Amino acid sequence: MNRRHFLRSAVALPLSQAIGGTVATFGNARVALAAAPVNAKYNRVLVLVELKGGNDGLNTLVPYADPVYYALRPKIAVKRDDVVQLTDHAGLHPSLEPLAALWRDRQLAVLQGVGYPEPNLSHFRSIEIWDTASRSTEYLQDGWLTRAFAAQPTPRAFAADGVIIGSGDLGPLAGGGTRAIALANTDQFLRRAKLAQPVPITGNPALAHVLKVEADIVQAAANLDAHYKFRTEFPSGNFGSAIHTASQVIANPSGVAVLRVTLTGFDTHANQTATQSRLLKDVADGLVALRSALVELGKWNETVVLTYAEFGRRPKENVSGGTDHGTANVHFALGGRVAGGMYGATPDLGRLSGDGNPAYALDFRSAYATVLDQWWGVDSQAALAGRFVPVPFLKA
Amino acid sequence: MTMPLLRCLRTFALSPLLACATLAHAAGAPMGYDDARHLLARTGFGPTAAEVDVYAAMPRSDAVARLLRETRTSATTPAPAFATEAGPLRPPARDASDAERKAFLQQQVRYGLAMRAWWVQEMLVTPSPLTERMTLFWHNHFVSSQQKVRVARLMYAQNVTLRAHALGNFGTLLHAAAKDPAMLVYLDSAQNRKGQPNENFAREVMELFTLGEGHYGEADVKEAARSFTGWSLNRETGGYVFRPGVHDYGSKTVLGRTGNFDGDAVLDLLLAQPATADYITIKLWREFVSPDPDPREIRRVAQAFRMSNYDIRVALRELLSCDAFWASETRGTLVKSPVEFVVGTLRQLEIVPPEGLPFAVLAAGMGQNLFSPPNVKGWPGGNAWIDANTLLARKQFIDRLARADEGPPQLSMAAMAQAPAAAPKQALSPQGIAGDEKARAQRLAREADRGLRSVHFDAVAWLGARKTSASGGKESAAQALLLALPPQSPMPAADDALAFVRATLQDPVYQLK
Repeated sequence: MNRRHFLRSAVALPLSQAIGGTVATFGNARVALAAAPVNAKYNRVLVLVELKGGNDGLNTLVPYADPVYYALRPKIAVKRDDVVQLTDHAGLHPSLEPLAALWRDRQLAVLQGVGYPEPNLSHFRSIEIWDTASRSTEYLQDGWLTRAFAAQPTPRAFAADGVIIGSGDLGPLAGGGTRAIALANTDQFLRRAKLAQPVPITGNPALAHVLKVEADIVQAAANLDAHYKFRTEFPSGNFGSAIHTASQVIANPSGVAVLRVTLTGFDTHANQTATQSRLLKDVADGLVALRSALVELGKWNETVVLTYAEFGRRPKENVSGGTDHGTANVHFALGGRVAGGMYGATPDLGRLSGDGNPAYALDFRSAYATVLDQWWGVDSQAALAGRFVPVPFLKA
Repeated sequence: MTMPLLRCLRTFALSPLLACATLAHAAGAPMGYDDARHLLARTGFGPTAAEVDVYAAMPRSDAVARLLRETRTSATTPAPAFATEAGPLRPPARDASDAERKAFLQQQVRYGLAMRAWWVQEMLVTPSPLTERMTLFWHNHFVSSQQKVRVARLMYAQNVTLRAHALGNFGTLLHAAAKDPAMLVYLDSAQNRKGQPNENFAREVMELFTLGEGHYGEADVKEAARSFTGWSLNRETGGYVFRPGVHDYGSKTVLGRTGNFDGDAVLDLLLAQPATADYITIKLWREFVSPDPDPREIRRVAQAFRMSNYDIRVALRELLSCDAFWASETRGTLVKSPVEFVVGTLRQLEIVPPEGLPFAVLAAGMGQNLFSPPNVKGWPGGNAWIDANTLLARKQFIDRLARADEGPPQLSMAAMAQAPAAAPKQALSPQGIAGDEKARAQRLAREADRGLRSVHFDAVAWLGARKTSASGGKESAAQALLLALPPQSPMPAADDALAFVRATLQDPVYQLK
C-alpha cells in the first residue's frame, strides 16, 4: 500500500468530484486514507469537556479593563480585584485560579470568540450543530468524530473509538459505526460486562442497535482494565469522579482515541453568580487533577483537552441576576503540547448584534480541524465537510 | 377560507376508510394473542398473560375503543404524605443559614424519593396503564425537573395535573401546563417582567411544546416573552398568580399577528398553527407506532386531531388504528424506556414488590430518573436509551431478579458504593447546595439492593402457569408473552425454569416492544 490503491480510488471517483478543486483533492485523499490507517496518530488522546447548558464565557474570561462589560453587568460582573489576571485586559474567573499555573507554564490556550455563522440559540439545535459540525442551516445525523473515524478508522485493537463518561448522549460520537462506550466508572463497567454476549448484528434498526452496543461492550471489556493506582487525588463529586474514570481509561495500554466528560448546570438564566462559581471550581479542580494524573502516567504530552458548549451567554445580564442564551464563547485547550496563549479575538462589547450578542471571531470547526489535522494527522475535510484553518494552539 | 376547509373535511371523511382498512376487514373477528400482546405492550407496561387473553378475544377496533374508554384521570395509589402536609413551598431565602439550607435540601430529597416511590407504585398496580404511559409522555413533553424546581410538592402537583389531562384535551393541557407552578419555576416565567423579559419559557413553548423548531423566529420568541410577563406563582399557596404590575400591556407581533396579546392569547395562537398538531402527532407516533413517522399518515392523524379541537383520544385512536401500527414490520421496533423495562418486567413476571422506591432507583440507574429529566427537551428516548452503561444496568437488574431464589445475592460494599451511577446522584444534588454525593449514591444503591432482596421470583411456578397450545409448549408461550420478536441468542433447555426465563429476559429482543 499503496500508491496504486490511491490512484485507483482517485480514478474511481465521480467526475463531478474529481473536478471539484480542493474539495475533490481532499476527498480523494480521504478515500485512499480510509484503507491505510498507518499515518493517523490515534495513540494521542483527545479529552473533550462539555460545559453543558452554555457556560457564560464573559464571566469565564473577564474583560476587566472594559467599562462596557461593567455597564452591561451591574449585578453579576466579576470585580476587577477578583479577576485572575492573564493579560493587561483579560483574566480568569476567580474559581479558575487553579488554571493560572497552567497558563504560566504556557500549557493553556484560551480560545476567544468561538462560534459559527447564523448562530442558533436553542440548546438542542446548537449543541447538535457543534456535535455534528454542521452549518447552522444543515442537519446531519452523525457526530463529527463519527465521520472522522469512518473516514480513517482507529486501530482494530483499540478498546473503543471513544469513551463517554457519565452522560447519556454520545454527542460527537453519535450515529452509526463508531465504537463508543458510555460508562459511569470502569470497575462497574467491567463487572457488569460479563453479562454481555456477542450475537451477530441483524434485524430492525432498534434491534441492530442493541446488538451492536452489546458487541462493543464485549470488545471494550476485553481490552480495558482499571487497576491503575493513582497518587493523584481526585476531587470529590461527580465531575471529579468522571475525571478519575477518564484517567483510568487513559491508563490502559489498549487505546481509546477520545474521551468525553460532561459537567451540567451552566444554563444560568437566574442567580448566575453562585452557580457558575461552583461549576467553574469543579472545572478547574477537575482539570488540574487530570493534568496531575496524566503527568503521572507520562501521557500529558500525548493528551489534548478541549472544552466546548452549545453557546455562550448574552453580555447584558437579565433582571434575574442571570444571563440568557448567547453566541460567541470562550473555550480552553490544554495539554503538554499545547502552545499556551490567547487565540481568536476578544468580543467587541460595544458592537453587539440586534439581539445583543457579539460576533464570533473563531469558528469552532477550526478548533476541530486543529485536533484532526495537527493532533491526529487525519484529514479534517472528511469530518468537517469543508476546509477550516486550524488554530495554531499546538506546538509544532 | 371555504376551499381549504372543504378539502380538509373531505380528506378527513375519506382517509380513515383507506388507512384503517385493516380494522374494517377485521371487524368482528377476534384479533388473537399476538395482536393483543402488541397493543398492550405498546400502550402499557408489559401485559400479563391474563390481560392479553382478555383483549385477544376482541376485534381490534373494540380493543382500541375499550383501551381509550377505560382510562383513569387520577392515581389509585394514595398521595404521598408530604403532598398533603403543610411544608415550605419555597427554598430558604438567600440570607438563610447553611443549616437551614441543608435541612430544606434533605427534606426535599426525602420528599422527592417518596414521590418517585409513589409514581412507580402506581405504575405497578394501576388498572389503567395507558394513563400512566400518557402521564409519563407528558412529563417528558411539558418537562420540569426537581433539580431546578426543588420543591417536591410543586412537582407532585404538576404530575397530578398531567394525569388529569393525560387523555383529555391538548389545548386545555397546554394552558394548564404553562401556568403550572413547577413550570413557572422551571422555565423562569416567575422572573419574566415587563421591560426585562426572560425568554426561557417563550422559546421552549414554541420549540418544544407546540410548533417545533423552524416554525417561528427569534422575534416571535422576544414578543411572546413580553406576552407572558406577569405570570407568576404565589409562594404562600403554591398556586399560579397573575401580577398585573409587571405585565407588558403593549402591542406585540407574534407569528404575523399583532395585538395586545397576553400569555393565554399567545398559547391560542400557537394552537391555531397546523404545525402544532403535526408536531404532537409525530411525537405520539414515535411513542406508540414506530421510529419512522409516515408523512401521509401524520397529515391525516394531525388533521383529525385538529378537527377534534385537540382531543388526545382522537389522535390516539387514529394512531392505534393505522395499518402501520399493526404491521408486522413495526413489531419490536421501539426500545422500552427504563421505567417501562423495570415496571413491565415486574408486571409480566407477576411480582408485586412491597414498595416502589427501589425500582425507581433502578430505573434512574438505567437513565430515567423520574421527576428529573436531563433538560427541557426531556429524555431523547428511542435507541438513545441503550448505550453500554444503560444496557448493562438493565442486564444487571434482570440478573439480580432472576437469581432471587438462589439465595442472597453477592454484592460487596465496594460494589454497592458504585452501583446506580450517574442518574440518581443527579436527583440528589439540587443546584446550589453540594452535598455528599457519594454517601447519597451509596444509600440509593442500598435502596435498590434492598428492593431486589425483597422480591422473590418463582420461575418454576411462573413457567408452569403458561398455557401450552397446539403451536407449542409452555416455553414458547413464555416467549410469546415476553418477546416481541423471536429470540436472538441460544436458549438453554427448559428443564431449568429459572435459567430459561433468565435467558429469555437477557435476550436482546427483550429490550424492545
